[in-house]
Amino acid sequence: MTHETPSGSAAAVLSIKGVSKTYAGGFTALKSVDLDIAKGEIFALLGPNGAGKTTLIGIICGLVNASSGSVEVFGHDIKGDFRLTRARIGLVPQEMSIDMFTKVKDAVAYSRGLFGKPADPAYVEQVLRDLSLWDKRNEQMRALSGGMKRRVMIAKALSHDPDILFLDEPTAGVDVELRQGMWQVVEKLRQRGKTIILTTHYIQEAEEMADRVGVIRQGEIVLVEETATLMAKMGRKKLTLQLAEPLQALPEALAVDGLSLAEDGYALHFDYDTQSDRTGITTLLSNLNAAGVSVRDLETQQSSLEEIFVDLVGGAS
Amino acid sequence: MNWRGALTIYKAEMARTGRTLMQSVLAPVISTSLYFVVFGAAIGSRMESIDGIGYGAFIVPGLVMMMILMQSVSNAAIGIYFPKFNGTVYELLSAPISALEIVTGFVGAAATKSLILGALVMTTAAFFVPMEIQHPLAMLAFLIMTSVTFSLFGFIIGIWADNFEQLNIVPMLIVTPLTFLGGSFYSISVLPPFWQTVTLFNPVVYLISGFRWSFYGVSDVDIGISLAAIAGFFALCLFIVWRMFKTGYRLKT
Repeated sequence: MTHETPSGSAAAVLSIKGVSKTYAGGFTALKSVDLDIAKGEIFALLGPNGAGKTTLIGIICGLVNASSGSVEVFGHDIKGDFRLTRARIGLVPQEMSIDMFTKVKDAVAYSRGLFGKPADPAYVEQVLRDLSLWDKRNEQMRALSGGMKRRVMIAKALSHDPDILFLDEPTAGVDVELRQGMWQVVEKLRQRGKTIILTTHYIQEAEEMADRVGVIRQGEIVLVEETATLMAKMGRKKLTLQLAEPLQALPEALAVDGLSLAEDGYALHFDYDTQSDRTGITTLLSNLNAAGVSVRDLETQQSSLEEIFVDLVGGAS
Repeated sequence: MNWRGALTIYKAEMARTGRTLMQSVLAPVISTSLYFVVFGAAIGSRMESIDGIGYGAFIVPGLVMMMILMQSVSNAAIGIYFPKFNGTVYELLSAPISALEIVTGFVGAAATKSLILGALVMTTAAFFVPMEIQHPLAMLAFLIMTSVTFSLFGFIIGIWADNFEQLNIVPMLIVTPLTFLGGSFYSISVLPPFWQTVTLFNPVVYLISGFRWSFYGVSDVDIGISLAAIAGFFALCLFIVWRMFKTGYRLKT
């Protein structure tokens, strides 16, 4: 998880500039989105329903017409050079979109053919084996479980060996076991050097898989950060000490960074970093003892990525 | 060009026909053959000949044309409507394939099916009614042009349709009446002058008339006008499909 944030479009395999989308009904789904994605990174686009995640992916892949702005894939414009850009992109949409009466191997062969690639049974076999679908290759789609159907959609998206893979909510409505299976699939793809952009509601998913996280809210990207940086923010905790007797003010002997007194004087709040060598808790407790402040109860709270996320996406409402 | 992509669509569409052989092939052949049995062999023998052609033989070109029109429209319409309905249209839109290649795949397959059906129906007809083909090349040309043009028309309906009712409404409420009133079962010369004029606004008249000319050398309207009419309709359909893809009408949001 040490991929660099691309600083300019030169390093980016995908470069989105000022992309906006207003639907015919007047709803504005995207407001001048800028985003660069680096080669080989796994990028999680995080946001609530209706934030514009699927619209953004739709524009890049050719399903949605942008109202303004431009998108380049490997330096090629997605409109002018659509054959070049689409040949390098694989898309797994959110909705289960399959022909129920097609056999698994035929469905994958069809996708490969659409992309103009000659049949390559060895490659298709490898894709199906990687997704644990080889044994099901002669089954009709309708005979498969939900999780398998979703994996077939990934196999179809990989059939032409794309460099960039879009996974739109790959684990929506999928049980815990399948979610973990999906994470393994993504990890394998990362090892093969694929660039993966996934959308999700789940913070855990972003943490587990992504090198970088972008938070989208009401059509605007409000934060793009390396997952590791976000995790560091998440490492902060808050210690709350319930006091036996209220304090009028914070005694000078106690004053340290991160310590504050509650308005009613009955509690002390201390923010600290769990990742650091010295959290300051021991010192604080000794100082309290020395100052004769008695503690009735204590609790700690974690400021989670979930909270950061809720703060961010709830900010405008 | 991504002709392999077009061929992939073509093969997938033909495979769909293979999976539904009873519905796609047997049903239209049987229903059209029933017309030959009833109107050609049974009732036809008691009817007067038209333009010197026995009634049974007279209706063959019209019936073949009627079946071709219906099958071309419905096959091509369902071909593109189905991916829209089950969501798999995303694959067509996100693949490096142009509108022309997509249309070639779908329309090519629908037209091929119509031609196969046309050959089957004409072969069947030969068992029930005496018929001759004076201009076989012209007959083949009319068959191909009609199949392709009306498959293109069906493709437009498939993109336009938002539900199954709309998918069926044009073939049922427009194509069928136009075909019945287009001279399948009669020569338009038997109509009163006013209705003859009205009929000339029906494009199907030109198809059936031209097609019948290729069989028996007689026609209601000039063969050149017939060819021009179908060429014009082909160009119009092609233009509409091009606009639909250009703007993403009912395909993209």
